[in-house]
Amino acid sequence: MADLTGFREQTRAWLAENCPKSMRRPIETEHDQCWGGRNWIFESDDQRLWLERMAGRGWTAPQWPVEYGGGGLSKEEAKILREELARIGARRPLESFGIDMLGPALFRFASEEQKRRFIPDIVHGRIRWCQGYSEPNAGSDLASLQTRAEDRGDHYLVNGSKTWTSYADKADWIFCLVRTDFQAPKHQGISFLLFDMTSPGVSTRPIKLISGNSPFCETFFTDVKVPKENLVGELNKGWDIAKYLLTHERAMIGGFGLAMAGRETVSQMALRAIGSRDGRLADAALRADISDYEIDEMAFALTIERVVDEAKAGQGTGAASSLLKYYGTELNKIRYELLMAAGGTGALAWKGEEDVTLAKHWLRTKGNSIEGGTSEVQLNIIARRILGLPA
Amino acid sequence: MALVLNEEQQLLRDSAKSFFRESSPVEAFRKLRDRGEAWSPELWSAMAEMGWTGIVVPEEYSGLGFGYVGTGLLFEEAGRTLTSSPLLSSAVVCSSLVAGLGSDAQKRSLLPAIASGELITTLALDETSRLDPAATAMAGVTNADGYALTGSKVSVIDGTIAHKFLVLARTGGAPGDRDGLSLFVVDREARGLGVTGVLNLDNRVAATLRFDKVQVGADALIGNPGDAWEPLQKALDIGAVCLAAEMLGIAAEAFERTLGYLKERKQFGVPIGGFQALQHRAALLFCELELTRSAVLKALQALDADSADRSLLASMAKSRSGKTVQLAVNEAVQMHGGIGMTDEFDIGFYMKRAAAARQEYGDSYYHADRFAQLRGY
Repeated sequence: MADLTGFREQTRAWLAENCPKSMRRPIETEHDQCWGGRNWIFESDDQRLWLERMAGRGWTAPQWPVEYGGGGLSKEEAKILREELARIGARRPLESFGIDMLGPALFRFASEEQKRRFIPDIVHGRIRWCQGYSEPNAGSDLASLQTRAEDRGDHYLVNGSKTWTSYADKADWIFCLVRTDFQAPKHQGISFLLFDMTSPGVSTRPIKLISGNSPFCETFFTDVKVPKENLVGELNKGWDIAKYLLTHERAMIGGFGLAMAGRETVSQMALRAIGSRDGRLADAALRADISDYEIDEMAFALTIERVVDEAKAGQGTGAASSLLKYYGTELNKIRYELLMAAGGTGALAWKGEEDVTLAKHWLRTKGNSIEGGTSEVQLNIIARRILGLPA
Repeated sequence: MALVLNEEQQLLRDSAKSFFRESSPVEAFRKLRDRGEAWSPELWSAMAEMGWTGIVVPEEYSGLGFGYVGTGLLFEEAGRTLTSSPLLSSAVVCSSLVAGLGSDAQKRSLLPAIASGELITTLALDETSRLDPAATAMAGVTNADGYALTGSKVSVIDGTIAHKFLVLARTGGAPGDRDGLSLFVVDREARGLGVTGVLNLDNRVAATLRFDKVQVGADALIGNPGDAWEPLQKALDIGAVCLAAEMLGIAAEAFERTLGYLKERKQFGVPIGGFQALQHRAALLFCELELTRSAVLKALQALDADSADRSLLASMAKSRSGKTVQLAVNEAVQMHGGIGMTDEFDIGFYMKRAAAARQEYGDSYYHADRFAQLRGY
């Protein structure tokens, strides 16, 4: 315990010294989030400094081993770091699919050489990754994917297309599921490839969403040559990696439902928008709905905590990711319905000088329960794998 | 604190599970109900032998001093078998009030007797059919011999079983005020006190108490006069969270029984659990149970730590578990189909006990409102 107290003091002192003041303000625009990568244009010197300083200590990936550039912190130390970051309202120095999704899969499935080649660049935000999973005809039935990678001796030749590729137009590299055995049952002919998005034959087209934004792309591959050393894990065993990685993606998407540090709560926003009467939110019916939501939000956050604690104590069921994905995304949709209700007609603003992001965020949340496996797919998984109901 | 059970708590859960399964299975509850009896003194003695009647009583007063996480496990397991006993009224809520507020003499005279199970006590709080302690109107008028109590109490759980009541009365202020409330210990045989009981739908006793100038001595006052509000909030938190744990057990058991039925019952030549319409509802219920389990464990830990957000977490747990158990028993009856509607089948008992547990110590609406108040909106 004494060590942890010391760690907290040192961390607090270091953050006081090294976290720029402007990086302690709430995220307002999309560009306030730093994604890194070869083409990233830093919004400010502070944003660049904050990334460099945190990455320099490995604190963009606090619990990854030091030898790959990670922070090497214990679970307890990482928790203290999170708490200290939250205490000063610090922004995340790096948003990264590399950290949240690819990295954990590399640690588990990649060769030593691949780990040394790819992981340090993830920690430092030098390479921005995107995920090539869904295809036009492979959504909920992901394993029916058709993108082909043919063995051409020293390389694979990749042809096909992906869709719903998040930020493919901004990413440097892709981790991609491809079919390498065309006769085998659908789950057994899939492999996991990494390749550079600037390779000849790769093109992307942004998809405009109902929110007006284009965070997703269609991605096309025409005779793309991928070196053989970029295959992760065994040939035709990519589905195992895909499943493992999806659990991380689900945990990340599910986490959107959490009250994040420093984020205004629904009730605070509603009080600001509507005001109170006799010490209570002035709209009694909305107040009741908000209270139900905030109770669920708290119970959900506690469930994430419990899942982590149980895993550490070796007691967990190990099948929590579908639960978290399902519940977290459904809660997040409710959250934005309530924020829209509290905002009233003012929340309808679409274009203007003031803050017009709420309606767009609200629309964006509708995708949370579709991407990474729909809510219905998660309920299928829970029913069959956890509850043992017949298929 | 990690949201997991430690070894000692796991052992307690295991022994509670086997005790309730062996000593008070649902068949035992059915027999009591059929005989028109609300509880089993023999079972109470057996629980006393396990030490559970003193589970939260401090060791210096012959209790176990085990803490609330462990106590919650008892209620969860008791919920699974619908075990009916004055454990909550007497051993947990009243004993915690006496331990927190009582004088040395009161503690010495009451706590060891409660811990041994010989003395059964219950809280006489409600005056209307909804929880509203500030509205208390019962008068506690000071006089030369102590206090004279006049007024009435309703829905006093275990009221015809109890030997003594802890009675909330007003010694100052007006109905609606938080100040001016005091707690008195009153003997069941006190002159001027009338007790009539009804059996509720869950086969437990709720009594109406009528006080007509019931004279008690000054030493019957527990705690400082007029200051009962804060300690009462804590006792209500304890009651609410233990009921939340019981409801978690009721919901989990109803769910597991239903899941078994979905796998075994065949229609159209296949187990009905293969139908997606039922699978998704079962999966959703599983999620609700998991969230409620987290909420209940956190609230129990907050009782042990007496943390600053104790009341917030208690209201979260009680509100949420009430809704979860409501969904669980409704789905259980629906998914069992016609057989779920029969008295012969046990699942209806779970629905009835859930209805009562949801109401006691404040329902989901009460606690959602309190949660909002505590969060400042």
